[in-house]
Amino acid sequence: MSILGSLASRDRVFDFLVPADSPVDVRHGPILYLEDVTVSFDGFKAIDTLNLTIDDGELRCIIGPNGAGKTTMMDIITGKTRPDSGKVWFGSRHDLLTMSEPQIASLGIGRKFQKPTVFEALSVFENLELAMAADKRILPTLTARMTGEIRERIDEVLLTIGLVEQRQRSASILSHGQKQWLEIGMLLMQRPRLLLVDEPVAGMTEQEMERTAELLTGLAGKQSVVVVEHDMGFVRSIARKVTVLHQGSVLAEGSMDQVASDPRVVEVYLGAEAEEELA
Amino acid sequence: MHWLGQPFRERSTLVFLGVLLLALAAVTLLHVAVPPEHPLYVSIYTVNLFGKYLSYALLAVAVDLVWGYLGILSLGHGAFFALGGYAMGMYLMRQIGDRGDYGNPDLPDFMVFLNWDSLPWYWQGFDMAWFAFLMVLLAPGLLALLFGFLAFRSRVTGVYLSIITQALTFALMLAFFRNEMGFGGNNGLTDFREILGFNLRSSDTRLGLFLASGAALAIGYVLCRAIVASKLGRVCVATRDAEARTRFLGYRVERFQLFVFVVSAMLAGLAGALYVPQVGIINPSEFSPLFSIEIVLWVALGGRATLYGAVIGAILVNYAKTVFTGVMPDAWLFSLGGLFVLVTVLLPRGVAGLLAFRFRRRGKSPGSLSGREVSA
Repeated sequence: MSILGSLASRDRVFDFLVPADSPVDVRHGPILYLEDVTVSFDGFKAIDTLNLTIDDGELRCIIGPNGAGKTTMMDIITGKTRPDSGKVWFGSRHDLLTMSEPQIASLGIGRKFQKPTVFEALSVFENLELAMAADKRILPTLTARMTGEIRERIDEVLLTIGLVEQRQRSASILSHGQKQWLEIGMLLMQRPRLLLVDEPVAGMTEQEMERTAELLTGLAGKQSVVVVEHDMGFVRSIARKVTVLHQGSVLAEGSMDQVASDPRVVEVYLGAEAEEELA
Repeated sequence: MHWLGQPFRERSTLVFLGVLLLALAAVTLLHVAVPPEHPLYVSIYTVNLFGKYLSYALLAVAVDLVWGYLGILSLGHGAFFALGGYAMGMYLMRQIGDRGDYGNPDLPDFMVFLNWDSLPWYWQGFDMAWFAFLMVLLAPGLLALLFGFLAFRSRVTGVYLSIITQALTFALMLAFFRNEMGFGGNNGLTDFREILGFNLRSSDTRLGLFLASGAALAIGYVLCRAIVASKLGRVCVATRDAEARTRFLGYRVERFQLFVFVVSAMLAGLAGALYVPQVGIINPSEFSPLFSIEIVLWVALGGRATLYGAVIGAILVNYAKTVFTGVMPDAWLFSLGGLFVLVTVLLPRGVAGLLAFRFRRRGKSPGSLSGREVSA
């Protein structure tokens, strides 16, 4: 019997034996693995047999026209939307489709929303404090103490995102760009393995964009970063590898130049823009 | 337990406790040490009235905890207040013993009147003070736990939650109006005589209840302040302003909401339990949806998300109510409405906002609302 056979085999570790908070297994390379993922809303296939692999430490840009399924893909990875079929694995140990949003977050997947959402009534420091990886149940949170170690970690992140001077300021008075960085900082506080960043430079000034590019490229390597972005100039400035989504599946993948010269990509997405922006 | 000590390291809490202590001492002194014919003499009637205000103030603090810091506009906190009141009322009824009009040692008068021959199961144990006082906290706490569990698990928030809290208190009012429920129907529970062996009609007992209300307010305030100043309090504020974001940070938002909601309901129950022996009656009108809305008005008037604002609002509005209903009984609701409009227009952050403006310190206190949020 196959069931008995699988029970008897010694090389297999049963799922229930693996604690949910066990470290992410990236020995095989990929940190995120999507296979044949499909999801439809009222008959419309937002994601259609999508296959995507992100390597550990990689910085990946994902581009695609509106409605290509970029946000839905993020929703699936973070557990907000459940696909109709397909597999989503984090490392080779964690099946994300069986986990809840908070479980996925505590596993080390951080998501930055398109619109900056920071806690405006709290200070920059407090925003980072709440984001810190910690025991997030009720009583430990009620009795949590501020320690030197936590302060150091917060200061470290403040330095990375360049908001040291705004430490005690209310988050409500930060500029748009500063709020985006604070939100990235909040993700970093959780020591994520994978960062999902949705349109980080929308509405930013040229200068803020440059700093964001520095920030994101600086983060790659230590953690994997997936950036969804519309701004071609920005993508070109940070991307090593670009994935083009179209109608819910991957149209092309490769370096910016490869992708840009792919006739299908030019046709569906870049179109007229291609001549002016990519030439 | 360092989180409980945190409020004592804040200036605002120390000032609040100091003012409260001074007020309690002044009222007590003016009642005890000043001869009745002196103009400064505070009659026991007034002491009793202040005691009532203090229990209302505790109720307002409970509402501010969930509304101001968690963003849950509960329009049904009167239900928790009334449940605590009924638990206390049941104890006081049992204390009457055989001194009721029917002289039945085992049954309260209204049950004899309804021809009941034995005490319903849910009245068992209420002759014991410790049990009844435990129920003062547990009955509202359990209702809040059940209600909150269902509501927050389904992520019911905003206006929808406010509406179902109204429905909750309205349903309870209808239920408690029924004689078969065994809580005295529309007459409620009354004719109390003793609490813990002290005669409820004596001045000393009333003064004691006034001081107990002050102590309960102090404890409730410090507890809420400790919660608000802890990391959990900041999670609450985060939930209030950006719930989805808080969830993504790995906090199980619905559990935090449930925890704070239950704590708030228990404080409201305690307030009700202190209110009942001071007014001498508890009946289903305390469940009235209008009363729950009034509590929210006190908090809004005093200033949301400050806690001390809730205390100021509760005392101010109820004092005004006593004065206005005495002078022109028919105009009270108009005065309340007018007061609310005036405060909303002139003091969008309530009386506390005015105070904060007068004594402006560096920076905002954590969790305070910006002007935009107040109007939202």
